[in-house]
Amino acid sequence: MIELDGLTKRYGEKVAVDGLTCTVRPGIVTGFLGPNGAGKSTTMRMILGLDHPTAGDVRIDGRHYEQLTDPLTCIGALLDAKAVHGGRSAYNHLLCLAQSNGIPRGRVGEVLETVGLVAVARQKAKGFSYGMAQRLGIAAALLGDPRVLMFDEPVNGLDPEGIHWIRNLMKSLAAQGRTVFVSSHLMSEMAQTADHLVVIGQGRLLADTSMAEFVRRHARSYARVRSPQPERLLDALHEAGITVVPAADGALEAEGDKAERIGELAARHGIVLHELSPRQASLEEAFMRLTAGSVEYHARTEAGPRSWGSGRQGGTA
Amino acid sequence: MTSVRTGRPRQTSPTAGVAQVLRSEWTKIRSVSSTGWTLSVAVVVTIGIGMLISALTRNEYDTMPVRERLTLDPTFVSFAGMTLGQLAMIVFGVLVVTNEYSTGMIRVSLAAVPRRGAFLFGKIAVAGALALVVGMITSFATFFLGQAMLGPYRAGLGDPGVLRAVVGGGLYLTLIAVFSMGVAAMLRSPLLSLGILMPFFFLISNILAAVDSTKKAGRFLPDQAGSRIMQAVPRADEAPYGPWGGLGIMALWVIAALAGGYALLRRRDAQ
Ligand SMILES: Nc1ncnc2c1ncn2[C@@H]1O[C@H](COP(=O)(O)OP(=O)(O)OP(=O)(O)O)[C@@H](O)[C@H]1O
Ligand SMILES: [Mg+2]
Repeated sequence: MIELDGLTKRYGEKVAVDGLTCTVRPGIVTGFLGPNGAGKSTTMRMILGLDHPTAGDVRIDGRHYEQLTDPLTCIGALLDAKAVHGGRSAYNHLLCLAQSNGIPRGRVGEVLETVGLVAVARQKAKGFSYGMAQRLGIAAALLGDPRVLMFDEPVNGLDPEGIHWIRNLMKSLAAQGRTVFVSSHLMSEMAQTADHLVVIGQGRLLADTSMAEFVRRHARSYARVRSPQPERLLDALHEAGITVVPAADGALEAEGDKAERIGELAARHGIVLHELSPRQASLEEAFMRLTAGSVEYHARTEAGPRSWGSGRQGGTA
Repeated sequence: MTSVRTGRPRQTSPTAGVAQVLRSEWTKIRSVSSTGWTLSVAVVVTIGIGMLISALTRNEYDTMPVRERLTLDPTFVSFAGMTLGQLAMIVFGVLVVTNEYSTGMIRVSLAAVPRRGAFLFGKIAVAGALALVVGMITSFATFFLGQAMLGPYRAGLGDPGVLRAVVGGGLYLTLIAVFSMGVAAMLRSPLLSLGILMPFFFLISNILAAVDSTKKAGRFLPDQAGSRIMQAVPRADEAPYGPWGGLGIMALWVIAALAGGYALLRRRDAQ
């Protein structure tokens, strides 16, 4: 279990993490979601006692990080796969970590086996591909057989097979009763792995909810309709009290499960329809809507059919 | 995958923790190539130049002024390579510490050993012990090989002050390395550390020695104070400290660098 209590980090004027309070529970995968620069990595560094919080507190299974004897046996983390000495072999990298925490040498071979790096264990890490480095980082996290695991964007740069492997690994770790805390900026990724979501934007907590609840609350369903007689269709819909918004390609969208009603309405008025389909907004869209106000680095071009909450963006430079 | 351990009892005493850090740091230091090449350069350069200067001294002995002949310090002559050899020791000390930062490994290391004092001093203890072994070997080897080159003018290990000077040479190289580790812990960047330490040991001493008024201050620099111990024959215009006093002054510099490195490591975020 990881408990954050009003966790705050300021770098000079910049508030990277802003009063974050939440609990990451064991037995499930908790997704830690936020756009670029939201403060995910900073939060994880504070959990590991690497960055000193400006205010607030964080505890792992009830204790501060520096109070842990042999911390790798309590919490294992992968922050940055490339943070290894390139001149050191994978085996020696893991060995020095194991020795620092009194972990038996034999465990190094075990985790190398788990992540599938046995064949390259004696090779220098600088020759590793990103995927191999990622696996080495995961091996280091698993080394102490810890109750709590934390991964910062573990699927970044992995091929589909690697992504599949990581997903299953995280799920199986959670199924064994461990606490699994994993960050991502891809909602679609989290939808496939996480049971619980913690969403942050500009360092602030935006949502702390189960995945199912998030889907129920945020996955907007709507009906999409396209007609060569838009004026008549609009009138008919207006009369029936159905509000629509125009989509970028000239189609109309109505909130809710209204496809059937719209179809009946069009038939009654003799309006030609070229398209009528019930749609489900993707979770990605729901996530973007949720964080729109706090996205720090907007792309210059406001492309795409919708620009959720444009004009509501936070005023940081 | 192994199953979850349920509250494994861990009887870790503080000393067990220290032993673990030492073991880990030893694995780190022996598993990177910079350790090998920096230390071998230190050995080869110190011995090579020491032998060369000793041989030259022997050849020129007959043409030397009488005063120089009388004050000839064969031990110190064989240590002529220390000035250059110490630079390799500096590189060793700097790289041992800064490779944690330049690779990003520091975050992995401090996550494994969150007590920063244990981490830093464990690392420096291991690297310092290695520097001591290599330094002693270098000092004794350069002494014996240099004396062999000096032929008839050689000093023996039993002559007054000679054993102290040779042991002191090993200590000197060790302290240079440890001082560099402390400075590197403060500066974190290898280039910045070398960019400050190299001129500090190569230029500043010489510049200060050039002018009479600053010469006195220069005597308290770590290299000048520390190298006093390598002289077996005392000199006339001597500094206001003896061989061990000089080494003590150098040790104070080392302690200051280590204290600075520790204070900053404690205070700063790990990066
Ligand atoms: N050491 C630092 N010094 C100054 N500012 C920092 C530092 N570390 C992070 N920041 C700032 O804090 C904010 C949060 O950064 P952080 O890396 O935690 O975000 P993130 O959610 O991990 O983003 P990403 O998805 O891009 O990895 C950013 O604006 C970043 O510029
Ligand atoms: Mg990040």
